[in-house]
Amino acid sequence: MTVRVYDLAHARTGDKGHGVNVAVIAYDQAGYAHLDRHLTAEKVMAAFAHFAAGPVHRYPLPRLRAFNFVVDHALGGGVTANLSQDLHGKSLSSLMLTITLPDRDETR
Amino acid sequence: MGDRIRVGSGAGYAGDRWDPAVELAEHGGLDFLAFECLAERTIARENLARHHDPDKGYNPLLAERMRAVLPACAARGIRVLSNMGAANPEAAGRRICEIAAEEGLAALRTAVVLGDDVQAIVAGMPELALLETGDPLESILPRMASANAYLGADSIVAALQTGADVVVTGRVADPSLFLGPLLYGLGWSYDDYPMLGQGTVAGHLLECAGQVTGGYFADPGKKDVAGLARLGFPLAEVAVNGDVVITKVAGSGGRVDTMTCTEQLLYEIGDPAQYITPDCVLDITEVHFAADGPDRVRVLGARARPRTPTYKVSVGYFDGFIGEGQMSYGGINAEARARLAGDVVRERLALRGIATDDLRIELIGVESLHGTGAGRPEPYEARLRVAGRTEDRTAAEAIGQEVETLYTNGPAGGAGAFASVREVLAVQSVLLPRDLVTASVRVVDGS
Repeated sequence: MTVRVYDLAHARTGDKGHGVNVAVIAYDQAGYAHLDRHLTAEKVMAAFAHFAAGPVHRYPLPRLRAFNFVVDHALGGGVTANLSQDLHGKSLSSLMLTITLPDRDETR
Repeated sequence: MGDRIRVGSGAGYAGDRWDPAVELAEHGGLDFLAFECLAERTIARENLARHHDPDKGYNPLLAERMRAVLPACAARGIRVLSNMGAANPEAAGRRICEIAAEEGLAALRTAVVLGDDVQAIVAGMPELALLETGDPLESILPRMASANAYLGADSIVAALQTGADVVVTGRVADPSLFLGPLLYGLGWSYDDYPMLGQGTVAGHLLECAGQVTGGYFADPGKKDVAGLARLGFPLAEVAVNGDVVITKVAGSGGRVDTMTCTEQLLYEIGDPAQYITPDCVLDITEVHFAADGPDRVRVLGARARPRTPTYKVSVGYFDGFIGEGQMSYGGINAEARARLAGDVVRERLALRGIATDDLRIELIGVESLHGTGAGRPEPYEARLRVAGRTEDRTAAEAIGQEVETLYTNGPAGGAGAFASVREVLAVQSVLLPRDLVTASVRVVDGS
């Protein structure tokens, strides 16, 4: 069984030069602990690998029950020169939320 | 001004709604109302407008916004701030005075902040390194369209000290537009870093307007937002001791709670321990929120370290053209017909010898946002999108043209052609020593 990031957290994307940041915010402390264990920088890089060169930096923010992921080189040439529809990467929080993780029950 | 002031956020980007700003002016109990309207690329675009007409180059919605809020602000003594001056703050200042006079407010005074335009300075410093690529500035200097330093809150304080009713600027760091009135109104020192930290966080939470009150947030059934169509804009109530509460006008649409505030706190943040503004290096790793009643959230724990010795400068430059075309296919085998159409366009552009630096062919509704993924169902509809970067406009036009000709020259059932061409204004950054940048203030009035 698996659990989606969507089931544990909400998310928001912003653009940072040639990359994006995606904040992942857990709904509760148990969700934060599960994400802390399973939502690694490598896991995120794998989900974004088909259009972001990376690397991915992961910043835990326990006071906010959140993680800030910075995905580098995710916008080809920055906001103004990108051929994508999504110039600012604003839809990428939705991609983050599709990532599947091992189910909580199996990790106790 | 007292030990507690209220600062409202009237816009979160150049084209934002302005009814919520009027609502804030009339019902927000505000001391200041600030409009943040300048994305990274906006100023390069407005510089082009100024080249065509020396009286233009400021935000195209300046007149609409000022006409809407100035009467309510003047009646209540609310002072207005904005970076809507963009590439021509002086012309914006004159226009604001004209509008004020038309609204019967001839005595209104506008302070214009100047000095962010550093094109002449950086033109003489080709060796500066571009932060994004590491290349020297020299590599883009011949194509430079704009160069603007992100000024800090001190420039806003200087403008408010003139007593002006309205402050209009060009490039100012977004949070600084809100920190300025806090410094001025609460008498904070520009070296009081604990206060700069709290004030900068407040500014960061306000600068995208509706993004902290329930905009960019709703996911039906999962994260609902009541009254999204009437989304209200935020205000911060800030005390002289650095106590910050984010809220909105009672009865407006949207929501202000720990969830919306946390999302916006982390918006466009890199390393949370060092968010660099012209005013300080903000550390949000200990920031947290506490509910303080309906649609009221208290912000705690911001820290700040001394500001860096440089200003960040955004350099806009011309970088060719992007041509684009779209065409939709529906029903059985829609995806295959759309893919065939894309292949045909690619081949026709090659046959015509149209050179593109980069050609992107994708299907909207299938893969255009997040790429392809295994196990996704075949869509009922697919919209072909072809976009390419070119050196010249004619080549860019050919892309949309070859998509449009699919009507009569492509697969069965192509519908809804769309074509566009735009000149690319790219942006990179350099750092400039502070002593090379001189901000100044000029007051204009209706006379």
